[in-house]
Amino acid sequence: MSVTTLTINGRLVSAAEGASILDVAREHDIHIPTLCHLDGLSEHGACRLCLVEVAGSSKLQAACMTKAVEGMVVTTDSERLRTYRRQIVELLLAERNHVCSVCVANRACELQDLAVSMGLHHVRYEPQAPQLAMDASHPRWIIDHNRCVLCTRCVRVCDEIEGAHTWDVMGRGRQTLVISDMNEPWGDSASCTSCGKCVRVCPTGALFEKGAVATNKDPHFVTYLRMAREQKLWNR
Amino acid sequence: MIVDDIAAVRDREHAARAAQKARIAVCSAAGCLSTGGSAVKDALTAAVAEQGAGTDVRVLGTGCLGLCHAGPLVRVDAQDAAPAMFEHVTPALAVAIVSGVVGGALPAEQRCDLTQPFFTRQHRIVTSDAGVVDAERIEDYLAANGYAALEKVLTEMRPEEVVREISASGLRGRGGAGYPTGLKWSTVAKAQGPGKFVVCNADEGDPGAFMDRSVLEGDPHRVLEGMAIAAFAVGAEQGYIYVRGEYPLAITRLKTAIRQAERMQLLGHRILDTQFNFRIDIRIGAGAFVCGEETALISSIEGKRGTPRPRPPFPAEAGLWGRPTLINNVETYANIAPIILAGGSRFATLGTEHSKGTKVFALAGRIVNTGLVEVPMGIPLREIIYDIGGGIPDGRTFKAAQTGGPSGGCIPAAHLDLPVDYEALAGIGSIMGSGGLIVMDETSCMVDVARYFMEFCRDESCGKCIPCRAGTVQMHEILLKMTRGTADERDLGLLEQLAELVTRTSLCGLGQTAANPVMSTLHHFREEYMAHIRDKVCPAGVCPMHAEDRP
Amino acid sequence: MSLLDMDERLLDLASLIDLVYSPIMDVKEFPEGVDITLVEGAVANEDNARMLRLVRERTDVLVAFGDCAVAGNVTALRNPIANPLPVLQRSYGPDPSRMPGLHTPDAEVPPLVTKVENLRALVRVDYYLPGCPPSADLIFFVLSELVAGRTLNLQSRATLG
Repeated sequence: MSVTTLTINGRLVSAAEGASILDVAREHDIHIPTLCHLDGLSEHGACRLCLVEVAGSSKLQAACMTKAVEGMVVTTDSERLRTYRRQIVELLLAERNHVCSVCVANRACELQDLAVSMGLHHVRYEPQAPQLAMDASHPRWIIDHNRCVLCTRCVRVCDEIEGAHTWDVMGRGRQTLVISDMNEPWGDSASCTSCGKCVRVCPTGALFEKGAVATNKDPHFVTYLRMAREQKLWNR
Repeated sequence: MIVDDIAAVRDREHAARAAQKARIAVCSAAGCLSTGGSAVKDALTAAVAEQGAGTDVRVLGTGCLGLCHAGPLVRVDAQDAAPAMFEHVTPALAVAIVSGVVGGALPAEQRCDLTQPFFTRQHRIVTSDAGVVDAERIEDYLAANGYAALEKVLTEMRPEEVVREISASGLRGRGGAGYPTGLKWSTVAKAQGPGKFVVCNADEGDPGAFMDRSVLEGDPHRVLEGMAIAAFAVGAEQGYIYVRGEYPLAITRLKTAIRQAERMQLLGHRILDTQFNFRIDIRIGAGAFVCGEETALISSIEGKRGTPRPRPPFPAEAGLWGRPTLINNVETYANIAPIILAGGSRFATLGTEHSKGTKVFALAGRIVNTGLVEVPMGIPLREIIYDIGGGIPDGRTFKAAQTGGPSGGCIPAAHLDLPVDYEALAGIGSIMGSGGLIVMDETSCMVDVARYFMEFCRDESCGKCIPCRAGTVQMHEILLKMTRGTADERDLGLLEQLAELVTRTSLCGLGQTAANPVMSTLHHFREEYMAHIRDKVCPAGVCPMHAEDRP
Repeated sequence: MSLLDMDERLLDLASLIDLVYSPIMDVKEFPEGVDITLVEGAVANEDNARMLRLVRERTDVLVAFGDCAVAGNVTALRNPIANPLPVLQRSYGPDPSRMPGLHTPDAEVPPLVTKVENLRALVRVDYYLPGCPPSADLIFFVLSELVAGRTLNLQSRATLG
């Protein structure tokens, strides 16, 4: 396998061919914030938190979807990027009804962690306070759209790992909504296998278990499943 | 059908035309049809039959005749007489026109002055067939030298020569961004592998824009011919026209045109008896503005949700179903046949240094001559608005011209002498866009205009990336506060920061340009914003300026 | 209550602070020329809004104290309904006689606003002290710094919930 050499934040780093900037950065302990990305799932490129500066390009690039190229000079942290990332998290907090103090995912929420790590102590934008439903029709889990950030991890894990494709996205703009099957109650879904992967990959309290507090969702099982599948660990 | 047969059709048409005493063209674009154009056409046809002039006089439904506000329009081309045009034609006047044609003296009323600048200052390339070609007859298009460019390409040129010709013409994408067409073609041509695609983007979505619709409705074959030439040049055998569902007439005429062209072996297998195969299918959009963005359009054609994805890879490398895909806009394809016939270098003599040829604009808003015009690149904005457009009605004064729709900006009076080309418009914070040109006078409030376009982007955001989905919501919220007199200077600061964020971090062109109307109005009309914020006054008297639901 | 969690540190602060207004003090009118005011809670009724504007007018440094003041938080949970009446009825029942002033608010019972706002929506806020509740350490840090006349950077101490 050929190796690519590039510069990230002034450090010369090497990368396997085809690796994304995000892969390379993580391998070298360079932190880039992410939200929609999850190891083991396809890239979505939508949260825009992992945007980085690439020398020679006037446009910011999503680290998760941009391949590391020989000689590339990347900056993952700058005043400008920090400002943009904070604004994005602020926008998310104002978009739906994120009330940490009454949330099952309080202290176990990636959105909350992002806000805290960015030193966000208040949101300057108008809280939209949309009136969104909860679906508690499934016997074990609940989806609360008020806490959904539309990262589509649930959609992707259901489609790509479980192969059920129960979840999908409906509508556009601020009306965008994650739905089960053809916008039917989750509990009535004929395609849902009740595997619970969607609940474990959800970064917020949008998907949670009834009667439990989401202390540790640990979404990293996805990489193990993918590895096991690729290496045919179960095909004996 | 082979080349000789095509020639025979042309000869037959020319002979028939020479024998005709007159041709009466009714504008059959959606604008004139909405004001009674089809009743006028029926009246004309009936009158011709009644007066026994069936062989002498031909009635045809053609593409947009331009002066939309005066519709229905009827144009008369009689042998040995100057062409005449009638405006606001009623079925009764239609009968009188036929009598006039038969009797040799046309009615004097409701005549449209064809020597006015609206007609004389235009330069028609894309719209040259309007008034000449019946949109539903391929024979008319053939008689106007249609498909001659395709014939030339297939019989005399190699694909790389075609690409070179397009490059030499300097043609740039007419969808708005102005990417050099020749460069795009050569990228797709060089891409490896079979199964390439040619796609026509007919998802015209800007408010107030109807250029592409007029071309599709009036001259569908010209678009098909342009696509076929492109397919030959880049090595594709399958094409798609992605047309919005809101254009039923365009869809019907395209379907008719494709059927006619297939029957004459101008599309399909072994076109003109050569080895070249090319099939075109129509895909109908479901009303999402974002599907005009090429990666979202591709996703939609593939049958998926119409959401964009980051580029690279560009569609030229990996587009439809991962294959190299050429995507051009309707007007771009409509320019191809004329370029091939006239030669690229000849085309390049028209326009400015970096913007060649002509541009079709849809004039709308506070302007006397609302309609469709085609002008050479580089023409001063003042000439389009005052000479061709006839100026501002009701004795009011010009305030701003909006180009590029929700991705564009507002141009103030100080820049009226600006030559209209890609660079000049971008230089003052607007864009060429697809060709919508909305004129505003002092009764328009620029804050409200910005709010309107932001509302449009907010509602049309696909919802995939956060800056566009949630940023447009917040920008609209602030603009709304301004129009209600409840915004303060903190809000102005937030608005400017959000504009930068959404521009710099959004995933696709919709978001990246969504703040343009705000930024350009802030740049050119900042004092109007300050009046809303500081003095709680709307100088144009448009905004309500009162709070709602505030403690 | 979180204030009290500062325990004996309260005594240190008390020697530096002259408490001039508080819900637990018998002062009817908010005084003029106040140096620091900690405002807790969001703006949920018309009296809250009046009071907040008065406080802002008469205070040098205004601190939004706790998640409700900072972001609306629990108080703002009713906002998606956009009408406070169903919330009141859910709590007090549909019978107006059970709670005088429920349907016809008067001076005793100020009318609820349709949308609960955080402080920032109405006035300029100098510092945001988030948390539900804010930790005693954070409160002590903020108060001692402000009393000493220093400006604060709270970014590294941000919390939510």
